[in-house]
Amino acid sequence: MPQQFTKATFQIENGPSYEGISFGAPQSAAGETVFTTSLVGYPESMTDPSYKGQILVFTQPLIGNYGVPSGEARDELNLLKYFESPNAHVVGIVVAEYAWKYSHWTAVQSLSEWCIKEGVAAITGVDTRSVVQYLREQGSSLGRIVVDDGQAAPAYIDTMKAHLVAQVSTKQPYYIAAGAGASANVALIDCGVKENIVRCLAARGANVTVFPHDYPIQDVALQFDGIFISNGPGDPKLCGATVDNLKHLLEEPQFEQLPIFGICMGHQLLALAAGATAVKMKYGNRAHNIPALDLTTGQCHITSQNHGYAIDVESLPKNSFKSYFVNLNDSSNEGLIHCTRPVFSTQFHPEAKGGPMDTAVLFDKYFNNIATYQKNRNSNAKTSIKFELPVQSMASERVF
Amino acid sequence: MSSSIYESTVPTTSAFNTANYNPQLVKGVESVLVIGSGGLSIGQAGEFDYSGSQAIKALKEANKRTILINPNIATNQTSHSLADEIYYLPVTPEYITYIIERERPDAILLTFGGQTALNCGVALDRMGVLTKYNVKVLGTPIKTLETSEDRDLFSQALKEINIPTAESFACETIDEALIAAERVNYPVIVRSAYALGGLGSGFANNEAEMKQLAAQALSLSPQILVEKSLKGWKEVEYEVVRDRVDNCITVCNMENFDALGVHTGDSIVFAPSQTLSDEEYHMLRTAAIKIIRHLGVVGECNVQYALQPDGLDYRVIEVNARLSRSSALASKATGYPLAYTAAKIALGYTLPELPNPVTKTTVANFEPSLDYIVAKIPRWDLAKFQHVNRNIGSAMKSVGEVMAIGRNFEEAFQKAIRQIDPSFLGFQGSDEFGDDLDEVLANPTDRRWLAIGQALIYEGYSVEKVHELSKVDAWFLHKCMNMVEMYKELDAVSSLESFEKELLVRAKKMGFSDKQIAVSINKNSQANLHELDVRKYRKSLGITPFVKKIDTLAAEFPANTNYLYTTYNATKSDVEFSDKGMLVLGSGVYRIGSSVEFDWCAVNTARALRESGKKTVMINYNPETVSTDFDEVDRLYFEELSFERVMDIYELENSEGCIISVGGQLPQNIALKLLEDGAKILGTSPVDIDRAENRHKFSSILDTIGVDQPEWSELSSVAEAKEFSNSVGYPVLIRPSYVLSGAAMSVVNSEDELETKLTNASDVSPDHPVVISKFIEGAQEIDVDAVAYDGEVLVHAISEHVENAGVHSGDATLILPPQSLSEDIKNRLYDIAKKVAKAWKITGPFNMQIIKDDRHKGTTLKVIECNIRASRSFPFVSKVLGVNFIDTAVKAFIGEDVPKPVNLMDLQYPYVATKVPQFSFTRLAGADPFLGVEMASTGEVAAFGKDALESYWTAMQSTMNFNVPLPPSGILFGGDLSKEFLGQVAGLISVLGYKIFTTSETTREYLKRYVPENCQVDIIEFPKNDKRKLRELFQLHDIKAVFNLAAKRAESLEDVDYVMRRNAIDFALPLFNEPQTALLFAKALSAKVGEKLKILESSDVVVPPEVRTWHEWIGQRPM
Repeated sequence: MPQQFTKATFQIENGPSYEGISFGAPQSAAGETVFTTSLVGYPESMTDPSYKGQILVFTQPLIGNYGVPSGEARDELNLLKYFESPNAHVVGIVVAEYAWKYSHWTAVQSLSEWCIKEGVAAITGVDTRSVVQYLREQGSSLGRIVVDDGQAAPAYIDTMKAHLVAQVSTKQPYYIAAGAGASANVALIDCGVKENIVRCLAARGANVTVFPHDYPIQDVALQFDGIFISNGPGDPKLCGATVDNLKHLLEEPQFEQLPIFGICMGHQLLALAAGATAVKMKYGNRAHNIPALDLTTGQCHITSQNHGYAIDVESLPKNSFKSYFVNLNDSSNEGLIHCTRPVFSTQFHPEAKGGPMDTAVLFDKYFNNIATYQKNRNSNAKTSIKFELPVQSMASERVF
Repeated sequence: MSSSIYESTVPTTSAFNTANYNPQLVKGVESVLVIGSGGLSIGQAGEFDYSGSQAIKALKEANKRTILINPNIATNQTSHSLADEIYYLPVTPEYITYIIERERPDAILLTFGGQTALNCGVALDRMGVLTKYNVKVLGTPIKTLETSEDRDLFSQALKEINIPTAESFACETIDEALIAAERVNYPVIVRSAYALGGLGSGFANNEAEMKQLAAQALSLSPQILVEKSLKGWKEVEYEVVRDRVDNCITVCNMENFDALGVHTGDSIVFAPSQTLSDEEYHMLRTAAIKIIRHLGVVGECNVQYALQPDGLDYRVIEVNARLSRSSALASKATGYPLAYTAAKIALGYTLPELPNPVTKTTVANFEPSLDYIVAKIPRWDLAKFQHVNRNIGSAMKSVGEVMAIGRNFEEAFQKAIRQIDPSFLGFQGSDEFGDDLDEVLANPTDRRWLAIGQALIYEGYSVEKVHELSKVDAWFLHKCMNMVEMYKELDAVSSLESFEKELLVRAKKMGFSDKQIAVSINKNSQANLHELDVRKYRKSLGITPFVKKIDTLAAEFPANTNYLYTTYNATKSDVEFSDKGMLVLGSGVYRIGSSVEFDWCAVNTARALRESGKKTVMINYNPETVSTDFDEVDRLYFEELSFERVMDIYELENSEGCIISVGGQLPQNIALKLLEDGAKILGTSPVDIDRAENRHKFSSILDTIGVDQPEWSELSSVAEAKEFSNSVGYPVLIRPSYVLSGAAMSVVNSEDELETKLTNASDVSPDHPVVISKFIEGAQEIDVDAVAYDGEVLVHAISEHVENAGVHSGDATLILPPQSLSEDIKNRLYDIAKKVAKAWKITGPFNMQIIKDDRHKGTTLKVIECNIRASRSFPFVSKVLGVNFIDTAVKAFIGEDVPKPVNLMDLQYPYVATKVPQFSFTRLAGADPFLGVEMASTGEVAAFGKDALESYWTAMQSTMNFNVPLPPSGILFGGDLSKEFLGQVAGLISVLGYKIFTTSETTREYLKRYVPENCQVDIIEFPKNDKRKLRELFQLHDIKAVFNLAAKRAESLEDVDYVMRRNAIDFALPLFNEPQTALLFAKALSAKVGEKLKILESSDVVVPPEVRTWHEWIGQRPM
């Protein structure tokens, strides 16, 4: 612990307050307070755009142990090697025991240094277990980390009221070429996509064109072999434009064979487009250990999750989607599969990062759907539309 | 793969909390035979009592009739509250076959009794027994067990799924081993196939080392494996569960503090892993699941990895397709009952069909999230052995382990260190290393963590330097540096007045004990603080620990669990304190002298209290125990058994009382302090207990009540000691008061010896005076276990020792009911027990060791030891006599339903039970297998018989890897020729058709006097320094047992008798090194070997008479 440390306080609106020490940016922060019970993966979580604007409480008490890897390092697909997006999206983190000294071969900086660089407020020394117990009883609450900097504490902000997807989505389309042997073109609707989703698609042979969240995807959809709708932050009901676009895909006969896969926010938007409703959960599911039962096979998978809203399966219109996965802990919906079309979605994160990779096979399933689509389309020349988007002139990374 | 016992391996949507719940259990299974693990030994200890007990619990819930075989009478699983039928018999394919023949069980469980049970299962399958009797193997199929055990099959299987293993070459000769080593490049590791705990394993850096290692390893196992050494890599383990329909979870991962190279059983371990990134964690997790699916495990499995410290390369080191020590640790670390779940899965349940037993509302198909950190440290007892190598490496040597829970590294680590031995303050150094510090850092011994402390705290080593030498990850060392910094801050404090609250809080958050703080402050000041001063000051500032739950889900869901720990890293407790429960202090770490028998006592105490309607609070920190199962008590604190922590909990819980006399010596040692600080102690007052533990007080009271004792004197100078010893005559016994398992006790034969030994003994315990007593040679020793109420004996048991006095009672063979004691002697012993109970106002358990001295006219009975607490033999006497002594003790404690006194020794018992020690010399390379006043055994087994010979015969076969020598094999004789014993043994054995061998003409001549004229005694060549040659000679002469009656410990490694004893151990041959037991075994052979030969030759399965259930022997089903 450094000799000179700054005190900080973590406060929950109308709730308890915790004294601690600041190890992040020397500025206070406010946002919706959520917790994750994941044991590893703090760099992945903090750069996950789905956490946009939130204060994240870690139940794993020891955080920062392995430092923070490079945010610039890229893999052979030109994707960020260690981060899920170029920057941190949480506004603050709350931990029990920050590791002032780290040790790891991939680390280039301490979590503290990186938080300061990214403007993330951070507090250590908090009884995070009691925070979780409070949130569990009261539901997700607004919170703030007040750093002892002589300034007035910031007001509580309900980040969920903002259209967060619009904030984190790319402003212009960008293009990631497949790894060796491209076999498909996938359009990805970016609601705040995690880097590893793009990697899961590109590594399986898809050239991925990433579109802003409200891009009229129906205009170009037929040029693609599959549509993908990403994860993202906040309230799905605020994504009206995306939902309207998706309605075209779900309703029009020309898209009847078009494979669609949605994850997390993508899953919720598909459901909304089908006419279902989303409900805000009491405190959400953010963890790496959640059992999701596949209702089509009976297999139970351990999944990585990060969501505060869920789809009310009862609200699904008949003959559109049926429940695909169910959460065995709280019986909430974890996925949908279309009754007639090659469309499915999951509330959890098959791409992991962080978390278990057990459901990565769903990407294979998506690619099987794509292969079937390609085969059927080729035998029917009428529906075959040439891919002619100017991908070469597109950006090669997120555009802001 | 052969046809599965499970009708379907296709998942359904059946889950415990849905309308589709419809488990498809294995059909036609009403009775299940559960294979236990036998006596506790290094590498296979209490964890299997825990896992077996949980398995039986799960079977009971499913209404299966359970039949258990386990000769370990001290265990909890061998109780009728669990198993329906219990056989105290050898866990061998032979005896399991007899039980199968008798009981015709529908199914068998092989994966809950360690390597022993697993090996038996594989053997039974090969022998065709399972097929013949149509016994279904529940859970993981035999084929998978075989694959996981055979290194070649295993490497092949993993290659099929592209999982890297350490490249491994199977070798059967030294030359093959040398070639293999060249191929993988030095340094290499050598392992034996089919060996538990890495027996016969080691590292070689060059050809010369390799030659020696290979020779040694090949002497133990026909096949060894040579692999590249990955020294310096991280070692990480995953506990994985799979059900019949392929659902998989990893319940816990663990990271070793020690880099690869130290056996995981000998490593300091943390859970969950701390230095692994998401990428590394899930890479290994995914591989673990891939492996368990490919192998087809149905139940629990442990995967050990080596992980590159600076990259993503990894190797699978080992897979254990059974419950293991690590799985016991993982269960306690997470709260997830792995053994219980594995047993349910074996019956056919799927993971979604089982509720999470902690939350009860969520599902078992999940992975626990820990919001705390767990530290495990092994406990070694190497100092108790002569000539033993103290280096730790690929073969396990520790005898027990502790687990500590905290909310940061420092808190967990320091708790664990103190749990290992209360003499440790916490993270600390030791000046014992001198110039060897770097050497110990680089080549670990059992004391390495102290070397790390010494280097960082006192020698100014940097984290980098210690890392460079030890390869311990810098993260752990940085955390250690936090404690070094705290020491500096505390050292600067000069008095309580100047002790800032903020600093005290930080010290407590880092797990510093009150005593540790007091010692630090005293270091550079005149403060002269006692831990109680710090405690008082701390409480005056309102600094007390908080209580948190272990709930498997990091508080995400409400869980009404009673599994608790304390921490200073909190601002709120999880529980309310209105129970006023009774505290039961458990035994702490298993070590030589204190083991599973005290866990049995603690568990039975809690059960009896609950039956009397009392709320119970258990405190214990041993992950190998049943007492730390959270369903045994109303509240379980997985915590230190220090005065500080026990008093903290006592005060928090507003406890009604505290039971300190059922967990062995450890809780007893803090009894007086607890009382003085205001705790109510149930049973005998600690003041009276102290009057028994203090030799001087003890002796003078005995004098006043007219109970005899050997002449003794309290010693304050060497001169006085010499004078006294000369007056009573040598040999004498020297010992400090507060003796634990004979530590520092020794028999001294001469004045010179006295002078050297004395220095050692007083080093051990400076606070307590050393006592010398006359050592009576050739006398019989007797154990009296009893329970009294308000000074009146309620029940007592008299067990006679087979060995004469001088062998530690923990190493002694006990016979109950006694066979050689007259009514008069028994009555006199009862009388002594009554007098002692009265004099010390005993309420509760006590134990005495008494010597029967026949030297003079008329037998005298002399008390040599009295412990006012439950003893090691309590489960034995309770189970043999069919009266639960602990149950009686608890009734006495609480003064409710106290039974009327009964003289149990006056009753007739149509059976005899014998308890024999289980030694682990095999694992302690070099140690002299010699019995003396220092205890050396790690466990015990017992068996019933129609007489002493039959029960001893069965009990000896129940010790691990004991093969009865069958005529006409050879038997090697050596040792003490000054007595008649060796000759008598030879005389008895020679007529049975064995060949008699010895190594010298003198011994031959001696033996010739005892054996029949026509019996040959042959001298064999005995090359002391050539192990391989020795092995060949043993094979050539078909030597199947060694009788070497040692007069005293070997002084050098060149001693022929030492070499003979040691090699008997190394070649896995029965060794008899003590005259009385040697003679008894010779008699047992005479009585039983003919019958055994007949049975073995018979083409039918003939069940020998000793194969009877406990209930059949004693005619009732107690406990």
